Amino acid sequence: MSVIISIKNLGKTFKDGFQALKNINLDINKGEIIALLGPNGAGKTTLISAICGIVSPTEGTITVNGFDILKDYRQARAMIGLVPQELTVETFETVTNVLEFSRGLFGKKKDPAQIEKVLRSLSLWEKKDNKLMTLSGGMKRRVLIGKALAHEPDILFLDEPTAGVDVELRKEMWQVIRELRDSGVTVILTTHYIDEAEEMADRIAVINEGQIILVEEKDTLMQKLGEKNLKLHLTEKLTAIPASLVDYNLALSADGMQLQYSYDVQQEDTGITGLLDHIEAANIQYRDLETKQSSLEEIFVNLVKKQ
Amino acid sequence: MNYPAIRAIFKYEMARTWRTLAQSIVSPVLSTSLYFIVFGSAIGSRMSDIDGIAYSAFLVPGLMMLSLLTQSVSNASFGIYFPRFIGTIFELLSAPVSTLEIVLGYVGAAACKSIIVGVIILITAAFFVDLQIMHPFLMLLFLVLTALTFSMLGFIIGIWADNFEKLQVVPLLIITPLTFLGGSFYSISMLPEVWQTVTLFNPVVYLISGFRWSFYEISDVNLWVSLGMTSLFLCICTGGIFWIFKTGYGLKN
Repeated sequence: MSVIISIKNLGKTFKDGFQALKNINLDINKGEIIALLGPNGAGKTTLISAICGIVSPTEGTITVNGFDILKDYRQARAMIGLVPQELTVETFETVTNVLEFSRGLFGKKKDPAQIEKVLRSLSLWEKKDNKLMTLSGGMKRRVLIGKALAHEPDILFLDEPTAGVDVELRKEMWQVIRELRDSGVTVILTTHYIDEAEEMADRIAVINEGQIILVEEKDTLMQKLGEKNLKLHLTEKLTAIPASLVDYNLALSADGMQLQYSYDVQQEDTGITGLLDHIEAANIQYRDLETKQSSLEEIFVNLVKKQ
Repeated sequence: MNYPAIRAIFKYEMARTWRTLAQSIVSPVLSTSLYFIVFGSAIGSRMSDIDGIAYSAFLVPGLMMLSLLTQSVSNASFGIYFPRFIGTIFELLSAPVSTLEIVLGYVGAAACKSIIVGVIILITAAFFVDLQIMHPFLMLLFLVLTALTFSMLGFIIGIWADNFEKLQVVPLLIITPLTFLGGSFYSISMLPEVWQTVTLFNPVVYLISGFRWSFYEISDVNLWVSLGMTSLFLCICTGGIFWIFKTGYGLKN
């Protein structure tokens, strides 16, 4: 797979001395979907902004399909579409007008057929003449995606693309993104949703405190992140874990009212059935049970702490 | 040159004018008409001619310039400040457009809007006074140069401002007083000698004087000095804009 974005020794220090990016090195392959993950303030948006030309890097180089983003900014930027994190739209304009503006800004001639194609793919065609102020938050988000796609980019940056979007619409957006990838578009997205990264990404890059600390194929990483917890709320206090349950490595809460079991969801046999059988055999009563999977951000924060 | 981008910015900005027709065009025309009625007809009828020109006719270039300056500054400053305020500026910064193209789009639209207002005021004036334009091409040159210069100044203000109050400070507290004191309503020869000298430090004097010369061949300062000063302001504003884009001041982190 050929590299479409190459970042070498990238650094960004703001005027107040804050070092947002530290010696970033990352190659993004053509046609892949890469998820950029990290806690708030890790530098994800600064990195995206530096590639797109919104933030000026203080060190290092970025090339897009071989074009330097500073020296050959026209060729580099023409290949990129950006969907920002915040819902920034001109509320008094119509949907079609803002898409046409974006297309023009990127040097493309008017093409109503392309605008129609984008609007239909985002289920916005019926709203084409509506002013943006009349649209819901989810629709505005789709308009932002439409603006980024209006000039038919080869690379699409999605900064938290499905934040504030309902489940059904999220799935529709995933479908749109998949279709884009299938058509050869390279997608770089930041997200906090584990299912989004799991569904979408081919590779995952983790950024923390301005540094890339991990770049991994998604499948490899999901195995590492596949841990889930089963919590049993007991009816009576338990002073110690019975010997018959020792193999399950259970954790007993300090008040003796909760038992916690960690298991790997990727495994065919999670051990839950056996555990519940043993608990019943040990005559331990419980009034409720819950399972919990950490958010991707929590998991990554833990990963980051381990670094 | 990214012509589609220039066209897109220009069209987008002009669309705002048509959307806010009352504010963009009707309002300045109405307020200028009121100036004609109050200063031209009511008070002006009791005033003597200035250098052989009826006071109401003398007012026309000054009033046109007054609107041109304020409209150019407010149109351009709002045009670039609004995307900064709502956050859509990211699109402009990430697009394959050069400084020149951005300026041509925004400043071109702002200047175009103010020229439209100026021309409408000229047509409106024709209903109130007997107009004569002795040097129409020179008049047009001053009109375009002034609109461009002050649209660039407005563009700089729009980038400098970080709130709506700042956006209004320069037009209200600097541009309007300078225009009023720059000979819009009188010839500076009517002032005491000391104040005539002080007034020459007001850059707007040169714009109004040159513009008025193109109408009636009367001026407070030499025509070539007026043209030279207008061109100098244009160069200063152009330099300011290129410095902004080179350094990213107010736009990039």
